[in-house]
Amino acid sequence: MKILVTVKEVATVEDEFEIDGTAIDERFLGADLNEWDDYAIEAAVQLQEDGIADEVVTVTIGPEDAEQTIRQALAKGADRAIRVWDDALADVDLLDVGAKTELLQAVVEDEDPDLVLTGVQSGDDSFGATGVSLADAIDTQWAAVVNDLEVDPDAGTASVHRELEGGVEELTEIDLPAVLTIQTGINEPRYASLRGIRQAQRKPLDHQTLADLGVDDGAVDGDLELTDMYEPETETDVTVFEGSAEETAGDLADLLREKGVEA
Amino acid sequence: MSDVLAIADHRRGELRDVSYELLTAGRDLADETGGDLHVAVVSGPVDEYAEKLDREGVDAVHTVDYGEEFNHDVYTQAITQLYDALAPQYVLAPNSVNGLDYAPAVANRLDLPLVTDVVDLAVDGDALVATREMYGGKVETTTELAADAAAVTIRSGEWPAAEGTGDATVEAFDVDIDEDAIGSTVTGFEEVAGGDVDITDADVLVSVGRGIDEEENLELIFDLAEAMDATVSSSRPIVDNGWLPPNRQVGQSGKVVTPDVYVAIGISGAVQHVAGMKGSETIVAINTDPNAPIMDIADYAIHDDLFDVVPALTEEFQ
Ligand SMILES: Cc1cc2nc3c(=O)[nH]c(=O)nc-3n(C[C@H](O)[C@H](O)[C@H](O)COP(=O)(O)OP(=O)(O)OC[C@H]3O[C@@H](n4cnc5c(N)ncnc54)[C@H](O)[C@@H]3O)c2cc1C
Repeated sequence: MKILVTVKEVATVEDEFEIDGTAIDERFLGADLNEWDDYAIEAAVQLQEDGIADEVVTVTIGPEDAEQTIRQALAKGADRAIRVWDDALADVDLLDVGAKTELLQAVVEDEDPDLVLTGVQSGDDSFGATGVSLADAIDTQWAAVVNDLEVDPDAGTASVHRELEGGVEELTEIDLPAVLTIQTGINEPRYASLRGIRQAQRKPLDHQTLADLGVDDGAVDGDLELTDMYEPETETDVTVFEGSAEETAGDLADLLREKGVEA
Repeated sequence: MSDVLAIADHRRGELRDVSYELLTAGRDLADETGGDLHVAVVSGPVDEYAEKLDREGVDAVHTVDYGEEFNHDVYTQAITQLYDALAPQYVLAPNSVNGLDYAPAVANRLDLPLVTDVVDLAVDGDALVATREMYGGKVETTTELAADAAAVTIRSGEWPAAEGTGDATVEAFDVDIDEDAIGSTVTGFEEVAGGDVDITDADVLVSVGRGIDEEENLELIFDLAEAMDATVSSSRPIVDNGWLPPNRQVGQSGKVVTPDVYVAIGISGAVQHVAGMKGSETIVAINTDPNAPIMDIADYAIHDDLFDVVPALTEEFQ
């Protein structure tokens, strides 16, 4: 069984930042592996260790800079990586769900995986929709927000728990192949070992352009355009205590006593 | 083609609150496009639901009487057929866990652009303008969709619930479900175990987030809680890491709490966390980041390192 894991390098924002047009000024941005994808990678690697999967491939839509993040997934046990990038993508502000779907669909058609694992959402634009959209595009089953997974390769099914609101989980059986969007907490993502990090340097990381995938340039234009970005207005009149930790703690303690908190 | 089709959300025999909020969002949008508001309810006791959904501003309710509980294959088929029959301009769905399990599939199948987790909507000429957050709520953005039609999921709690009684027509929609295309079966539900502490019962919660950094450091929080005679709760990563049991988690997938005082320590205030604590009487935030989204709903704040403030605060109460 072959597993494809979608992996994204997300932008992280420093505490203090400035907005430049419709983006955060690059000086205040960092990069990290998307939190949810870390759990998806772990789920795939565990299926491989259990002898259920025999190959784990990752796919990323991202520029060359993202390769360091992709290597993290390889260091944790994925066998090889695909990175989709193209000049046509560099010009796009906000890659919408439809465009991501089209690119990933082309990769799935090449790779023909039995299972695709994605994160529930990415921490930067948080659409939370690519996995399910992809499933429909490649005409397979799916489940969103999975926090428990058992695969039965002989029966060709997966038993999943979908985490609903309010501490309720839905138990669902689905036919394979399928796309599952993986929720944090489903497992304990491992840290890459030194050996893993060394091995990752030698694992294949294949770059694919739109032409390689047979996707039109127009497919990535999308219908969404980011037109403004700003800091949200505060809803409350927040009182900020200033001073040293002793002073602020003293002020807060006075307030809390006023509100009835007592030792 | 100027109508709006909103899809109600329900679970285990009850309509969820976001359904009524969808009616308001849908009515507002239909007023801007000059169209009608159609509401669809799929599966479960649909006639009972239809009666409840017939609130002010709703023009028509379409019931799809097929199955009891949510099944994404049934939803996807039913909504695409409703779309073909009604030809609405916009499809509105809730940004609930189930909404995210069918809306992207519906959008893909109908070749509609999709924008999710929207907190505000407007129409500007031919374009739909959607307001949404990015980077865990650190910024808000507006996105324009220049398309004839679109699918949108809305965040719960952003629109008021529709009220009153409407005079909508209620019609059973004649759906044709292809059973061979149903590849998923819901076999049951499970509730997260209760445990010995009920955080929903506490008057004062000291709530800890990822800012605590290491499991060992939780001791600082328990010391503070003991000194203040408060109960310890947490954001999700603390539970995901296995540092505290699930019954301590506040938020969308955890508990909804409404204490007199909620002290958020090293918690950024992501929407899924805020969903569980915004009803607290007084909210205090201790966070090094003055721009953390928690500051937008806090009443009192300290912009400082929790490792300095928390021990000092504990001392105050000892
Ligand atoms: C479907 C779904 C359901 C979810 N359900 C829930 C839920 O029920 N509950 C929930 O909480 N989350 C939930 N989440 C996750 C949510 O999106 C956030 O990822 C999570 O709430 C972040 O937790 P946090 O604030 O503790 O961590 P972070 O967002 O990482 O914030 C840590 C904060 O600590 C501050 N900090 C760091 N160091 C210090 C220091 N030394 N002193 C002071 N401050 C410091 C930082 O400035 C930052 O603001 C859900 C997500 C999804 C997709």
